[in-house]
Order: sequence, then structure tokens, then C-alpha cells
Amino acid sequence: MSVESVFPRLEPLLPSVSKPIQYIGGELNSTVKDWDSARVRWALMYPDAYEVGLPNQGVQILYEVLNERDDILAERTYAVMPDMEKVMRENDIAQFTVDAHRPVAAFDILGVSFATELGYTNLLTALDLAGIPLHAVDRTEDDPIVLAGGHSAFNPEPIADFVDAAVLGDGEEVVLAISEVIGEWKDEGRPGGRDELLARLAASGGVYIPKFYDVGYLPDGRIEKTAPNREGIPWTVAKHTLMDLDDWPYPKKPLVPLAETVHERFSVEIFRGCTRGCRFCQAGMITRPVRERSLQTIGQMVDNGLKESGFEEVGLLSLSSADHSEIGDVAQQLGDRYEGTNTSLSLPSTRVDAFNITLANEFSRGGRRSGLTFAPEGGSERLRKVINKMVSEEDLIRTVAAAYSHGWRQVKLYFMCGLPTETDEDVLQIGELAKRVIETGREVSGRKDIRCTVSIGGFVPKSHTPFQWASQLDHETTDERLRKLRASVQSDKRFGRAIGFRYHDGKPGTIEGLLSRGDRRVGRVIEAVWRDGGRFDGWSEHFSYDRWAERAAEQLVPLGVDLDWFTTRERDYDEVLPWDHLDSGLDREWLWEDWQDAIDPEGAVEVEDCRWTPCFDCGVCPQMDLDIQIGPTGQKLLPLSVV
Amino acid sequence: MSEDGSTTLQGTPNPEAPNPQLPIVQKLRIRYAKRGRLRFTSHRDFGRAFERAVRRAGLPIGYSSGFTPHPKISYAGASPTGAASEAEYLEIGVTRPLDPREVGDRLDEALPDGLDVLDVVVATPGALADRLEGSRWSIRLPGLSAHEVEGPVETLLSRDELLVERMMKKGPRTFDIRASIVALATEADPDDATCAILDLVVRHGTPSVRPDDVLVGLRSECGLGTGLTPVATRLAQGPLDATTGSVGDPLAHDRDAS
Repeated sequence: MSVESVFPRLEPLLPSVSKPIQYIGGELNSTVKDWDSARVRWALMYPDAYEVGLPNQGVQILYEVLNERDDILAERTYAVMPDMEKVMRENDIAQFTVDAHRPVAAFDILGVSFATELGYTNLLTALDLAGIPLHAVDRTEDDPIVLAGGHSAFNPEPIADFVDAAVLGDGEEVVLAISEVIGEWKDEGRPGGRDELLARLAASGGVYIPKFYDVGYLPDGRIEKTAPNREGIPWTVAKHTLMDLDDWPYPKKPLVPLAETVHERFSVEIFRGCTRGCRFCQAGMITRPVRERSLQTIGQMVDNGLKESGFEEVGLLSLSSADHSEIGDVAQQLGDRYEGTNTSLSLPSTRVDAFNITLANEFSRGGRRSGLTFAPEGGSERLRKVINKMVSEEDLIRTVAAAYSHGWRQVKLYFMCGLPTETDEDVLQIGELAKRVIETGREVSGRKDIRCTVSIGGFVPKSHTPFQWASQLDHETTDERLRKLRASVQSDKRFGRAIGFRYHDGKPGTIEGLLSRGDRRVGRVIEAVWRDGGRFDGWSEHFSYDRWAERAAEQLVPLGVDLDWFTTRERDYDEVLPWDHLDSGLDREWLWEDWQDAIDPEGAVEVEDCRWTPCFDCGVCPQMDLDIQIGPTGQKLLPLSVV
Repeated sequence: MSEDGSTTLQGTPNPEAPNPQLPIVQKLRIRYAKRGRLRFTSHRDFGRAFERAVRRAGLPIGYSSGFTPHPKISYAGASPTGAASEAEYLEIGVTRPLDPREVGDRLDEALPDGLDVLDVVVATPGALADRLEGSRWSIRLPGLSAHEVEGPVETLLSRDELLVERMMKKGPRTFDIRASIVALATEADPDDATCAILDLVVRHGTPSVRPDDVLVGLRSECGLGTGLTPVATRLAQGPLDATTGSVGDPLAHDRDAS
């Protein structure tokens, strides 16, 4: 059976929507395969606008890994903007892929990558436009399996009613394993229907099927237990960890869009995982252990990626890129290789460390020295100990002095507000720090045009972190603290213009908090918000706090819980958390001890990085039989042959 | 030329500038097409795609000096987003003399299907933009028969002036389109009796009259029905012979010189 493209019906409508280019596909290195040639067909979705979703590394990697197999086909779909949604509804056009404009409902499996919980309402729009029942229990054998992945899938409970399955961790290998299970089941004539397929996936222990688990609640609203409700379903589901990243040098053929997107560059992930141990950081906790790509592979991937894409900028990505064991050699040798080619290299996510100035200088040889970004995260030294971000004020000032003396004019500092044990005084320290930065900059550079931009985000506690038990600060107090901070800086005329502030109000953080640590009951809120028109909640122009707060009250209060219960309430050791049956490899005892160390009334206890100091027993390596993979390799990049 | 005699703008390396660049030794003029679904690429979208194609093709493109070096590419008379075209033009500066035919093959290979390089010539003196005096457009009007279109076209041609409004960046602007219309004829699609085709020749000006402006005029002042979504394709762009209404090849002069 072949499937018809919606494009002939879509094309005449495109002139009436904004940025039609985002719906046409045709990107360089995109793939269109014959429908009938494939045994298993994937639709991969990034649940945000095309301009945000296209550059996503996860989707690009899986798209390529799947399409490399002759018997698998993968196409991409993104959230359509509200004007397009309206046009599609009026003209009865279903959610489609951008590759061959095939209807999403025709695929075997719809894999959705959630980098943030604020994409949940967009999932519902896509399902509804696709004609796929919103609730997993209402789907039939003809509907695709709806699979959630990405960091938010580590607590998929708020969307448990809407997804058939969730996968935790690295996707490269598990998408192939899932394809195999689906392919076999189809070849056998779909025995036992949809539930048999889901049961086969669940039995592996690596795919979570929410409907095969029942959640019981205590009279006070807390969870009593989460348990399998049928034979052969494991009690816990484990995350997936890709080892030997040098064997998986994707993307090999990066997608190059025609439309303008949020990242116009080729990105190479230089390592995965992070063991710095910042207690607020979910990414750092759930992606352990550290696995590096070697200097040789990085060099080869940069060379290949530039040739395949034609991009003029390369980003070396990871959670803390300057921590690569050979980052100095990477910087210097890539700098040598691309000098004079009008190719720029960038290193996002840098630590506060004078060594990073050397790196930044290396990356900007002959180019612009505009701004450097550092993330001390906490305003006071006391608070930085609480979050285990070991940066002293002297470190920061020394780093900044080095930056300004090397010709950098602007420094950006990232902080969070609402961290555990935080007081007004801690937040006011952000202002004092910014003032010292400007004073130091003026002193070492002898110039007046020194600038420092302070960006502040509200802290949202996340699952699988030591702060998963913490109380989230309410948005009223968050906004009040930031107001005081701004007033204290602006009252000092010496710094008025030199220090800029960027922060958003605390309300979206409260909703993100609800979705991050919510359980299955929160699904009702998501659905009610979506039915009320909620879309693109990560976009300030679309997000409505009042809508979320009203729907949350309406849906949760009858169940004996509310928005505060999910956000500002501190949890106890013995509370069953909604994600306790989902195994990130981290030892729950270790997380709890680390939480207790953070809030120790005697002062926080710090944890070292296990790359350089002995193992601190977070549990991932022994429980999952893994190990750290780091260099140095001591090798050198060969010069490229001239084209 | 700058005061000290260096010709930085033409690409001569300026040792004082950050990122001194190699000089431009050859300029190439390129005709390309926007086809199929890629007609929805905007002018900016095309610019990014073309710069990447130049890099993928490994062409020794020249760069401007300065803090943010820009590749030496200049565009002339770009078509509006959503219009297909067989006749778009641009010019590039390179730092090594190249065989234009090979440049065409390499660029076409490096561009996505639907953005197609049709012709490459070595530039002779004289600005390319000055030779793009007019355009010939073919506008398909599905849902409207030739019979339904002929009357409104006659009405338009009988007018001395026809004001239309277009939304510009700075707000709505009203201007006359009639003076720029050199020729306008109605044909029937031989394969589809319910689709008329307009053959339009316009003289470029400020602003240049676009197919959409003509359709707005036909609908608002000349009684043209709405029909389905029209699709315009630019067939030619170049020197205009106002008496015959023909649009010539703007690269003919360069080709003859080589």
C-alpha cells in the first residue's frame, strides 16, 4: 500500500501562511525513500517550530542512523505554527512530514524528542492534526506507536496518557533495536495486535510502556506505588548509554536548511556526559558517565561536516566543552588547520577558569573578540557550594581580568534565582559580583567601554538530581528578589550603563516545575490547557500563565492536590517519586546524601569530579556496567590536503 | 579607492585591516532558476544557501576584509518569495581565474535540487543590474478560464493609470502599475481549459511591479474573479525592447566578449 503526499493540496495554501519555507523540506542531505522499500517506517518529531527543531542534534543523528538501514525509512515532522494549524484544519490536511509530505498517521512509529517539558502541548496538536487518538488506550493497531525520548523522557509521567512508550538515554542503538522488534512483529502478521507489540518492547527492560504500570495514591495525595499490571513487565526500566562514541561519528551528513534557524552552524559533540556534579543540572546527572570523542575523530568530523554542509562555523558541543582531556590540543590544532579559511570555531559551555581565556583566544585568532560567557550560577560563594559549582569569587575575577586584558570587551554571566537555601542576600551578591567585574575590567584594560551582561533564570528542580526533593521558589518571591537586585545595581551611578540585566518573570518556571516533577495526574492539566488553546508554551508570546494556573486548579484540586503541591512542596526521603521506577543508573541513596550535603546547616559539602579524583559512588558505572572513556590520546591532527 | 591608494573594496589585501584577504582576479555572472517547492525560498534564504554551496563547491571565493569578512557575492533583481523563476542573476568575485562552465557544474551540484545554475559567464565591465531593465512573467491562474480573464486584461490595458496598494516594510504604499506594463496578453492552458495564463512584460522601476501587483489591479479595478492560488514564473530578465516588448539576454554582452 502506498501513501499519498499531501503536498499537492498543501502547495496552493502555502502563500497564505508565514514563512512557508519551513514546511517544504528539500534540505541538503535530506532523504526521501520509496515507501514500499521499507519494512519499518519512523516519523521523527521535534515538538517545536522548524527553526528551533531542524538544528536539533538528536533528531538529525537518529534520522541518519535509521535511514542508513535499507529496510528502515525515517522522515521528520515539526510543530506547525498556529496560522498553519488553522489552515490545515480548514482544509482537512493532516500532520505531515517535511521530507515526502506523507501523513504522520501512516508511519509505524512516531518518535518525539523532548528537550523541554514545554513542548507537551505541541505533541497534542500534532497527534490531533495527524488523526491519532490523543490517549494511548484509544489507539488501534493502525495507529503509529507514539514514543517519547529526550531528557524530559526521564520523567514521562505527565504525558503517560498520551504516549505509548518512552525511552531513556542515548537513542542511537535503541532505535535500531525497536525497529527490529517492530519489523519482526509485522513480518509475523502482527500477532496479538498493538498490545503484543508493546509487550515485546516492554519485556526488553529498555522501553517504558506507561499503560502497563498502575500508579496508586495515598490519601494525602502522594504516590503509594507504581507497579506493573501484567505478566512479563519489568519493575524498572533502564536508560540507554552509547559507548565508544568514535564508532558513531554522526551526523555525517548534516541537514542544511534553506530556512533560517536558531543555530546556523555545524556542531560536533566532543563528549557526552558530565561529572562536575552540579546539583541542579539534570543533563549532567542523567548522561553519565563521561565518554569522549578522540582528537582524531573530532578533527575528521569537523572536516567532513564542513565539506558536507558548507557551513562557515563549527560548534564544539558538550555539557562543559573545556573539560575535554585534550581540549588545548583540539583548539590549537583546529585553529592551525582553519586559519585563513574564514571558518570560525566556537566553544559553547565554558567554565569559569583562566585556561578558558587561552582557549577562547585560540578560537578567535584573527577574528572578533566581542563577548565571553561564564556561568557561576550562584551569586554568593556559599550558594555556589550548595549547588556544587566550585568557583570562588577570586577565580571569577582572575578569569574576567584575563579576558579583558586580552581584548574582550563584554562578559556575560549566567545565574539562577531560587536555588535551595537562597536568601535575598545571596541574590544581591550577583550585583556586587557584576560591579567587581566591571571595576576589574576598567582597571586592566584602561577603558571605559567595558560591559557585563547578567542573565538570570529561575531554578526549576528536575527529576534524577539531588535537588529532586527540593522546594521550588514561588514566582512571586523570585520576581521580588530580582526586583531588589536590579534596584541595588541601578542605584549605583558608577555602573548604571555598564551592567545589563536579562531575566524573564518567574511564572513560566512554575509551570515548567509542574511538568518536570509532575505525575500522571498532571496529564489532565496538559490536555485541558491544550483544549483551551495552549500552544508553544516555550514561547513567551504564546505562553499564558493564567491559562495554566486556572486549568491546574480546575483539574487538580478535585484530586486533593494543586500547583503548589507539585512545585513549592519539599519532598521527604520516603516519598515515592513519580520517576522512581525509571532507572538513570544513579543510586537513590547517593542522590539523597548529596541533597543532605547540599543543605547541611554546617555549610554545604562539596563533591569532586570523578575524572580526576576517586569515584564518588553515584552508582552509574557499577549498576550499568559502564566506565569513563577519556583521553588523552596524545595524537596529532594531520594537515588537510588542499582541495 | 581609499586615500592611501589601496583598493580594499575591490579586495586588495589591506595589511592594516583585520583579516586581510586575497585580491579578486575574476568576476563571474551567474543565471539561476528557482523551481518547484523551492520557489518558497526568500531572497535571504537563497543567499545563505548560495554561500554554503560556494563553500561546498570549494570555489576560491573572495572575501571582504574587516572584522566580519563577507564573501563577494552581489545579487541583482531578486524575485519575490513564492514566485518561481528561470532568470535570476548574481555576480561573484573569485581569487583565481576559473573556467565558467566548471564553476556552473560544481555550483549546481552543491545546491539543493530546485535551485539550479543555468549559465555562468566571465563578467565584462558595466554593472549587471543596469542591464536588467525588464522582466517577462508567466502567471498561471487556475480556476479562471481564458475567457474570464480577457475582459479584465482589456480593461487594464485601456487605462492610463492604475493605482494599487502594497504592504511595504514601512507600511502600505500606493503606486501606479500601468506605466510599467509593457505588454499583457491572455492565453489558455492547452492542457487545462479551467486555467488561464497571463503573459506579462514589465519595465523595472521603483518599486518594480510584481505579478501580485498586477493581479491586485486586475481584481480591484478590472473585475477579475478570485480563482485558485496563482503561480507566477519569471521567464526572462534583461534589456527591454519597449517597441517589440521583448526581454533580451543580459549576459549576451559578456558571452560575446569571451
